[in-house]
Amino acid sequence: MSLPKPAMRGLLAKRLRFHLPIAFGLSLIAAAAFKFTVTEPRKQAYADFYKHYDSTKEFNAMREAGVFESVRPTGK
Amino acid sequence: MLASRALVRGLQSGFWRRVSTSSAAWAAHTHDVDVVDCSVPQYNNRLDTPLPDVPFVRNLSAEQKKLKEKEKGSWTQLTKEEKLALYRLTHELSYAEMRQGSKEWMTVLGGIFIFLGFTGLLVWWQRVYVYGDVPHTLSEEWVAQQTQRMIDMRVNPVHGFSHKWDYEKKQWK
Repeated sequence: MSLPKPAMRGLLAKRLRFHLPIAFGLSLIAAAAFKFTVTEPRKQAYADFYKHYDSTKEFNAMREAGVFESVRPTGK
Repeated sequence: MLASRALVRGLQSGFWRRVSTSSAAWAAHTHDVDVVDCSVPQYNNRLDTPLPDVPFVRNLSAEQKKLKEKEKGSWTQLTKEEKLALYRLTHELSYAEMRQGSKEWMTVLGGIFIFLGFTGLLVWWQRVYVYGDVPHTLSEEWVAQQTQRMIDMRVNPVHGFSHKWDYEKKQWK
């Protein structure tokens, strides 16, 4: 019945040495994944939208549809 | 507070055990009283207290008393069965038995679903017999006019609503 003496000290340090790098790594991966799957495509979509955006044309289209109160459609 | 929690746990485990085992099996143990005296130390099965306040079996038979006497001598004289018997005198459950778990979770989950289902029926009845009419702004006609207006004012043209509308062909993409 002679068992080896179990580890009495440094238990938290050992756990942290193992888990902290993993935690940091996973967090960085999560952040990178979010950046490249969400924020970059979103920025690109907005850039593409506004590259060939004619605000006057859009304004006139909206005016004709009658959504504005300050300007009536041309016809009145 | 921890002691009182231990008491409650001991009481609860005692209650369920009493229900599931025969009264003869209980006779030798400390749980054969109807009212537990909470002013004295109690036995408990807890993973974090390996040595409870009192031994499990308080009222020893003659044979058990003889064993206790033998325990006072050299332990190398005890046989394996005697050592196990001594263990069972002081402890009700071993660590393996404590950790065992049961199938109770199935009963609990089943009960939860039954009551959720019943609640669903009540909610359905309420929807049919208690609630009044839905607002007119949810009628088909209104929603169609509303959608047209949202398209006209270019709601969310980059990613969302108006992005899905084809303005040349005047239809959804």
